[in-house]
Amino acid sequence: MDLFANAIVAGILLGAFYAAVAIGLAITFGQLDIVNIAHPTFVVAGSYITWILNSSYGLDPVLAGILVAPIFFVVGVLIYRVYYAAFERTGQESLSGLAFFFGVMFIIEVVLIMVYGVDYRLVSADYIGKNIDVGFIGLPLRLVVPFVVASAMTAAVYFYLSRTFTGRAILAVAQDRLALQLMGADPVRIKQFAFGLAIATTAIAGSLLVMIGPVEPSLGRVYIGRAFAIVVLGGMGSIPGMVIAALLLGVVESLVSSFAGPSWAPAVAFGVLLFTLAVRPSGLFGRA
Amino acid sequence: MFKTRADKIFWFTLAAVFLVGLGFTEVLANEYYYTAVYAILQATMMAVAWNILGGFTGYVNFGSAGFFAIGAYTAVALDKWLGLPLPLLIVGSAIICGLMGLGVGYLTLRLKGVYFAIATLALAIVLETLITNWDFVGAARGVYILTPEKVPFFDSYIQLLFVVMLALTLGSIAVSRQLNDSRIGRGLAAIRDDEVAAECAGVPTLRLKLISTTIMGAMMGVAGAPYPFFVTFVDPLSAFNLFVAVNAIAMPLIGGTAHWIGPVIGALLIGGAQEAITVTISSELNVLVVGIMLVLFITLAPQGIVGLVQKWMKRRRG
Repeated sequence: MDLFANAIVAGILLGAFYAAVAIGLAITFGQLDIVNIAHPTFVVAGSYITWILNSSYGLDPVLAGILVAPIFFVVGVLIYRVYYAAFERTGQESLSGLAFFFGVMFIIEVVLIMVYGVDYRLVSADYIGKNIDVGFIGLPLRLVVPFVVASAMTAAVYFYLSRTFTGRAILAVAQDRLALQLMGADPVRIKQFAFGLAIATTAIAGSLLVMIGPVEPSLGRVYIGRAFAIVVLGGMGSIPGMVIAALLLGVVESLVSSFAGPSWAPAVAFGVLLFTLAVRPSGLFGRA
Repeated sequence: MFKTRADKIFWFTLAAVFLVGLGFTEVLANEYYYTAVYAILQATMMAVAWNILGGFTGYVNFGSAGFFAIGAYTAVALDKWLGLPLPLLIVGSAIICGLMGLGVGYLTLRLKGVYFAIATLALAIVLETLITNWDFVGAARGVYILTPEKVPFFDSYIQLLFVVMLALTLGSIAVSRQLNDSRIGRGLAAIRDDEVAAECAGVPTLRLKLISTTIMGAMMGVAGAPYPFFVTFVDPLSAFNLFVAVNAIAMPLIGGTAHWIGPVIGALLIGGAQEAITVTISSELNVLVVGIMLVLFITLAPQGIVGLVQKWMKRRRG
């Protein structure tokens, strides 16, 4: 019973972090129709930058993530420019665009391996390693802090998208490009901004990732399944749906690794993904 | 088979390459060369297989490593369980991986192409988890394969595998060429260019897509089947190597996807360069070079080397 309750709580904490990883993908894949399979690899790259800032300057991991986010925004804008010029404008995004992001993912991963090797990297901060005990449930702070930061970021992005003009324009670009153009907004610039925003979220998600556990260059591959499973299950681009899907996945994964062993955990996300695609591709909360 | 002059040249070249390969086993004893050429042949076969779906039809398969590894592990399991001879192991792998291709295709090809790509990626990881937890084939520890010390006709088992792989690769190229020129190939090209239009024109798109995923899967399984005997030790990490998947995508895209010769050119060029770089510089750099070349080619020359050559010939003529 203790184990069960602990697994559920850990799953919820983890799920909120998964939402932070997936939110950028919910924007790019769900709203902009850009299948950025390199997304999780950007998260890992964010982790490495956080690790460097933390280990050589003693910067707090969360602060490091927030500082790096603007740089990632610029990187995202540049990548979208290339993507737009090479694929979207010529209508070749399906095959070549996918292969493009696959190549980007691969390059980031190999560069990380070449420069830093395949060793696991960790960050240090005062609160990592401490526990808060609530009754028989232990709450490790290395999960609680990411939970808080991830929830704050997800909420901020959600309110930004639903309340501001630019945010609504991002949602509109997916629904009706032409109408958006008639309202006096340039769809390409909107998409460019949105893509930058999505990559910026990976910097913060990355700083949380390296706080939760050690990071190595190929870790992104496991997160591809998680992130896509969450976005598809959440109904492609619906942010509340995505959050619920993320929490669900976090809890199921946590239960599976507590009761069946951690080596089965990676298969959960992909199993969920394959099952959703086969049975209900519009997700739990899809527009149909 | 020999209807046109091009046919004659093609089959003659194939036979000549095979005989030359066979001849080498008589004169060359240094095993390094066989290892290197085997790696190139394996990559060629994977590239040709990937192109049957990716190039002819336009659906991206990211899970090549999964098909390859299941081919390898099917051979391991059948060898341990029934002790079948190599040709039957290859057939077994072809059947299992062909069915796997059919299954994934059936589940996802009715949706948008993107879902197929993501599902193949997912499939590779699910399968890796299954194999990592399956004790019969060694689980995460990996498994050693015993190969016979004495083989008929050849000096060593490596040489035998080399000849088998050469025959399989040439066979896969022939299949790919036949498919490209056939009625099915024209249907696939129609799907690649405009699936809705093809469907409206009466092309049975789903059936054709399923045929090509099945052939692709079976071919990748065949490419993987001799691998355990070649390296004599397999573990999930080496069999499900991402590099296998990247090569399978990069080689056709760099060579040119629309024509059957594209992946062959890409595989020979990159595979050859890789062997040289791995030996002379470092294997990480080699991987990086492939990644960068892939990105450069798809952004700047989406038609690949074949496309560049065609453009150059057109300009020279007119």
